[in-house]
Amino acid sequence: MANLEKHSYDVVVIGAGGAGLRAAVEAREAGLSVAIVCKSLFGKAHTVMAEGGAAASMGNVNDNDNWMVHFRDTMRGGKFLNHYRMAELHAKEAPDRIWELEMWGALFDRTGEGKISQRNFGGHEYPRLAHVGDRTGLELIRTMQQRIVALQQQDKAEFGDAEKNLKVFAEVTITEILKENGKIAGAYGYRRETGGEILFEAPAVVIATGGVGKTFKITSNSWEGTGDGHALALKAGANLVDMEFLQFHPTGMVWPLSVKGILVTESVRGEGGILTNSLGERFMFKYIPDVFKDKYADNEEEADRWYLDQDNNRRPPELLPRDEVARAINSEVKAGRGTEHGGVFLDVSKRIPADVIKKRLPSMWHQFYELAGVDITKEAMEVGPTCHYVMGGVEVEPDTAAAVGVDGLFAAGEVAGGMHGSNRLGGNSLTDLLVFGRRAGMGAVAYVKSHGKNPVSDASIVNAAAKIEAPFSRTGGENAYSLHQELQEITHNLVGIIRTGAELQEAIEKIADIRKRSANISVTGDRKFNPGFHLAFDLDNMLLVAESTAKSAIAREESRGGHTRDDFPGMNSTWRQVNHISSFDGNKVDVKPQPLPMIPKELFDLFDVHELEKYMTPAEIAKGGSN
Amino acid sequence: MARTLKLRIWRGDDKTGALQDVTVEANHGEVVLDIIHRVQATQMGDLAVRWNCKAGKCGSCSMEINGKPRLACMTQVASYPEDETITITPLRAFPVIKDLVTDVSFNYKKAMEIPSVSMPADLKPGEPRMQQIDVERSQEFRKCIECFLCQDTCHVIRDHEENKKSFAGPRFFIRIAELDMHPLDTLRNRKKSAQEEHGLGMCNITKCCTEVCPEHIRITDNAIIPMKERVVDEKYDPLRWLGSKIRKREGIL
Repeated sequence: MANLEKHSYDVVVIGAGGAGLRAAVEAREAGLSVAIVCKSLFGKAHTVMAEGGAAASMGNVNDNDNWMVHFRDTMRGGKFLNHYRMAELHAKEAPDRIWELEMWGALFDRTGEGKISQRNFGGHEYPRLAHVGDRTGLELIRTMQQRIVALQQQDKAEFGDAEKNLKVFAEVTITEILKENGKIAGAYGYRRETGGEILFEAPAVVIATGGVGKTFKITSNSWEGTGDGHALALKAGANLVDMEFLQFHPTGMVWPLSVKGILVTESVRGEGGILTNSLGERFMFKYIPDVFKDKYADNEEEADRWYLDQDNNRRPPELLPRDEVARAINSEVKAGRGTEHGGVFLDVSKRIPADVIKKRLPSMWHQFYELAGVDITKEAMEVGPTCHYVMGGVEVEPDTAAAVGVDGLFAAGEVAGGMHGSNRLGGNSLTDLLVFGRRAGMGAVAYVKSHGKNPVSDASIVNAAAKIEAPFSRTGGENAYSLHQELQEITHNLVGIIRTGAELQEAIEKIADIRKRSANISVTGDRKFNPGFHLAFDLDNMLLVAESTAKSAIAREESRGGHTRDDFPGMNSTWRQVNHISSFDGNKVDVKPQPLPMIPKELFDLFDVHELEKYMTPAEIAKGGSN
Repeated sequence: MARTLKLRIWRGDDKTGALQDVTVEANHGEVVLDIIHRVQATQMGDLAVRWNCKAGKCGSCSMEINGKPRLACMTQVASYPEDETITITPLRAFPVIKDLVTDVSFNYKKAMEIPSVSMPADLKPGEPRMQQIDVERSQEFRKCIECFLCQDTCHVIRDHEENKKSFAGPRFFIRIAELDMHPLDTLRNRKKSAQEEHGLGMCNITKCCTEVCPEHIRITDNAIIPMKERVVDEKYDPLRWLGSKIRKREGIL
């Protein structure tokens, strides 16, 4: 490997979305050298797609809000399967992370007093989402991108080299995380543009690769959401936690086919949009679960009054957590009350004047007008569930974001598990990225300072290089595009929004079959910017993710959040005490149960005990939390 | 519903290349990017194209469709007549890497040359108070998705490689305007540096950039022209000129 491109850094961050960039900023500001590696161009990460806002209890709109209310909402939304410590850190630190963005140049929408404005969202008791119209993710990614540039400009001024301590390696795919002596030593991959291989030596690696949506047929995710970090972590010896929990966002576009799955922001409902079926019924009133009965209005009059007086009325049921709304839409369509194209109607045109819609939901107006020929200021949208977010992910230590079981490995953002339990609230992901991106950066800094370099061996390089060359050495083998389509059909039909044991078993067998055939993928053309070659590696990651999801899903015999079993319809408080841990032995994914960390007394006491009785066993209630 | 579509797709690299004819099925409601993906999956497994969100939000799939700079994900096939052959080529202002993928690093270099936001030294996080009306001017420019279509279409650099050195392009004029109008930014002389260091004067306001902007940012009217006018005010007002000379001598400015 005489011509191998080699780099040496203190920290390598894989992924340049919100979490990766925040981690990189933290490590760089602590004086470490940092490489940011991403599959796309800098600034294109999937964070850009986040629309509604970033949840932080700043209390700018309703001063009753504080971290404890936010913590409670997050735990409720996750059906109490969240890692309590992650939910606590997130709720406490989110406001500081938003204010910090403002200091880096972000321009959020304002309140009348000139503070950062906050909007309502599903599952959040008070208006809590800092936002910029419906393009909050763009503001976040651009602010972080510009913060990176600002740091590079400082290095340019000081050392004459902008990339001395912080460099972005765009359009590079990492195929393997390297370990030596049981600890992280670096990462190996290829440049997408040239196909040339690239080695990063670094004692700490932060995985911030986002989600897995491309494993599914109908998804709001971009091509990058192929579960790379989940698979890299598994292969490096880390665990994934609770991979059965996938969030199907209730409102994706359903028509035309070409745009099926593209996200329709929850802000449409936050701003007053209502859901109706083909009979014109506002059906969400029928789907308020017992655990939420005292928080949500059961009649139209009260729901409508809530928009004017939130202190004396319950919330409209359109603003239930996402899992509830997605299941309700699914049920309506299955019962034959769907629209012509298999969705339901979402209408904001009768509630808000046209000019206000265009101001508050500009990209939604644009998206429907350009792609579906629908003017949302005049007519209803057709919407249905789309695979949006994976709650499961790398098992981490909450305070440091360190991956359990692998020294030197860290994970933050969507790729990390635990924070959101069985269902994520809208708006919590953008602040999750910032809170835990920063913590992963801090964790990596502390680790590097106490451990130092860990050189990569020649044997590891030869081994990683051989895997990249493999698909070129075969001819007439399987086509990666076809296998990907087959996988998407299987996950969509058998591991989707409603699951059964028999279908999951079938999925596990079929995924194993594709995995076997994928070992024989061959690639046409050369290494230069060759999407067929790129997909071969992405597919391998998606297959591991799908296996982990299906095996976790068949093991969990209850329905909770983003996991609904037709054969086990209820929520079961014994199952609430169980996390599913996926590990990989080099051949197959193994899933085993592990006790969920018990919530400490001071957090237990934040809840009304009668509410906790709906989720916890009598023994847990009697104990009243740990300590 | 399905129709048969004739395409001419440019294939090649930085040295050689040619348009290739392809026939492919298209379904109702599909955009050009869908068609490219179908070609990729069924006929040209190694056809290079950049894309990400397929929803007009990330600005990755910039290319030229029948000679017009466009996002492939926001271009409806139905917007072309049934019998028309659609010609798809890479962005012309940037060097080709392969097929429809170009080297847009020019833009990242220019981004590095513009001084970042500079906050008041004594301002603490959580303290800023700004009115909506004051942030809206900069917010318009922060809608930019960095698709670089405005850079591609701008005739100052489109066929004039030699101008690239001294010309930042419309994308970065709105970046400068955004910072100049940012209620908290403290850096002075942003307009002057736009003129003297980033080539604002080379723009002769033909508004081509505004026309291709998928975010409908009024690049020329709201960023370029106001900056040009103020630069002119400051530069050619004889009293100001005299004042600046006198004050400069005294070391005040």
